[in-house]
Amino acid sequence: MALTRPAVRPMDTAATDTIAAPPKMSVSLTVNGIDTKLEVAPWTTLLDALRDRLDLTGTKKGCDHGQCGACTVLVDGRRINACLTLAVMKDGAQVTTIEGLAKDGALHPLQQAFIDHDAFQCGYCTPGQICSAAGLIAEGRANSADEIRELMSGNICRCGAYPNIVAAIQQAMKS
Amino acid sequence: MINFQYARASDVADAVRQIAANPDAKFIAGGTNLIDLMKEDVERPARLIDISRLPLKTVEETAGGGLRIGALVPNSDLAYHPAVEQRYPLLSSAILAGASQQLRNMASTGGNLLQRTRCFYFYDTATPCNKREPGSGCSAINGINRINAILGTSESCIATHPSDMCVALAALEAKVHVIGPGGERVIAFEDFHRLPGNTPQLDTNLLPNEIVTAVELPPKGFAANYSYLKIRDRLSYAFALVSVAAALELEGETIKDARLALGGGRAQAVARCRRRSRAARAARQPADLPPRGRPAAARCQGVRA
Repeated sequence: MALTRPAVRPMDTAATDTIAAPPKMSVSLTVNGIDTKLEVAPWTTLLDALRDRLDLTGTKKGCDHGQCGACTVLVDGRRINACLTLAVMKDGAQVTTIEGLAKDGALHPLQQAFIDHDAFQCGYCTPGQICSAAGLIAEGRANSADEIRELMSGNICRCGAYPNIVAAIQQAMKS
Repeated sequence: MINFQYARASDVADAVRQIAANPDAKFIAGGTNLIDLMKEDVERPARLIDISRLPLKTVEETAGGGLRIGALVPNSDLAYHPAVEQRYPLLSSAILAGASQQLRNMASTGGNLLQRTRCFYFYDTATPCNKREPGSGCSAINGINRINAILGTSESCIATHPSDMCVALAALEAKVHVIGPGGERVIAFEDFHRLPGNTPQLDTNLLPNEIVTAVELPPKGFAANYSYLKIRDRLSYAFALVSVAAALELEGETIKDARLALGGGRAQAVARCRRRSRAARAARQPADLPPRGRPAAARCQGVRA
């Protein structure tokens, strides 16, 4: 009796059988002053939309759980964690990332201050630190080094550049 | 995170209709806790109903002299609201003791009440957890339970409610306004959160198809003598190991009213409030402050941890 090999079922058949194609949704965002239309799945975070769809990779994915602050961006002028934000929920919003802070070829005062004070080592947390600091300055609630430290506690720097980060923010607050 | 459908609610009635029609759906507002739990596979809603655009974002005076806080007022806006800073500074300091400014900018008032525990085992789907999977057992009772409850626990769960804001709301005797298919009702804060008992999967007494619309503060804000003390493993941006919201109303040298609510070290907020009530009842009888009481009362103001 001839043995016949059972037909090999491709690994991905089961997946394509059971999971429907993601229903994309239309989202309009103004990102760094530029009107942008995107088609995204509902579960796409703002962070993934910025990095993977708009190639704005300055905003970093650190923990992806809102614990490190590397993904901090400004939405309608307020600092938030882009990793815990669904892109579809921000339809119509103004988003500012690290790429949008410099104006007309001149660094943002915070960017200049971070360079002046050597406020980073590896640099991975820096875009989030700077966007968070921009939000902090706009809030106008920090008037001392202690208050800056407290209100910047959502941004972790594993290199430990904190003293220089505080000094850089203090410089930018004066300018 | 599993795939899910997404829809927006056009008004509160529509939100209630949508959640009633989709038993596997969840409301989303700030998303700071829900999206995190979805990424961890702890929450697996088939559909998210976005309520973030509903008109529940105002802080208004009530006719009785209190404050009505819309369920979608962000935590940061509430902490810095002039009426809250001036009349309910205990609430401001409790909110600002929690999370980071980014998260407070996102998180809503109603969502803060409804956040889930931060027990390590609740988050770890590889371990048994009665809150996540009823009947599977509690890994925390004999596990790493430094952040878990001391008071209000049961044999099935020792998880805490992680909120700082709720500790202050318990001390202030807030009320929670909710709307469901059966209409509107008001829940006293001490009745809102549940102790774990045999049903630790139920965090609150909010019914499945109800939505929180507002939190109401009574007129008395204890602005003169208050403290929110939070003990944690680092100075900022960490959950409480133990926290205390304390408030005194003094008339001369007499304690007219006293409030004490505990967080972090105990199970849900409800027991905080019951314990507070006992303390308040004991103190409500006007009594002369003992000599050592005065400096303690004075220290209540503006203390932070």
